[in-house]
Amino acid sequence: MRIKEIAQFIDAKVLTCPEKIEGEVKYGFASDLMSDVLTLREDEVMLITGLCNLQTIRTAEMADISVILLVRDKKPNEEMIELAIDNNLIILQTKHSMFRTVGILYKNGLNPVY
Amino acid sequence: MHFEYNVIEGDFANAGKASSEIKKTMKQLNIDSQKIKRMVVAVYEAEVNAIAHAYGGNIYVDIDSEKISVIIKDTGPGINDIELAMQQGYSTASAKVREMGFGAGMGLPNIKNNVDHLDIKSEIGVGTEIKMVVNFT
Repeated sequence: MRIKEIAQFIDAKVLTCPEKIEGEVKYGFASDLMSDVLTLREDEVMLITGLCNLQTIRTAEMADISVILLVRDKKPNEEMIELAIDNNLIILQTKHSMFRTVGILYKNGLNPVY
Repeated sequence: MHFEYNVIEGDFANAGKASSEIKKTMKQLNIDSQKIKRMVVAVYEAEVNAIAHAYGGNIYVDIDSEKISVIIKDTGPGINDIELAMQQGYSTASAKVREMGFGAGMGLPNIKNNVDHLDIKSEIGVGTEIKMVVNFT
């Protein structure tokens, strides 16, 4: 699914790397537990999370995840934004809850990892 | 090729910095991306462990044409029962570590699943040494 479409479905703001939103992701994975995210072997995954700290960005970096979607209007700090830009990571931000976000994206065809 | 990094107790802001450097180096060496991911995920988990549970330590990285070997050696309380620590779901993590998105007892099992060779030595009251190897062929 195109990242631009994802942002439209859930009314998300693009906080970093807007030039990359024409790109695509294959899967969505929703978790606040970074160790769980680090078990994924798949590529082209978007992380949907309510965890908003530096470890969210680091985890995405290590797991080759190129898009992070922050739910419930969580606001990343400057350090997170900088680290995300350094790693060419797109951060999306939506006001919706995790449940609603996941429901909308699943209904519109974003694949689950498992 | 040999590199060393320092890990400081409780320094969560820098957790992942060494893993990130290792990832960049492996990328520059054109190593297969799945192997890079396996190694850096394991190092990152171990780095978080050293910051969360120990009093700091060092990371030693050696890369040759056949493999990457990473040793994380900390000064710390040591692991009382390694077999128990390897079990999924077992954790002694603090609330602070859980706030960071870790501490669910998945770290060591995840490390084991990602590397080709894992060796853990630990002495109570002294520290823990974890050696991880990912083969390139």
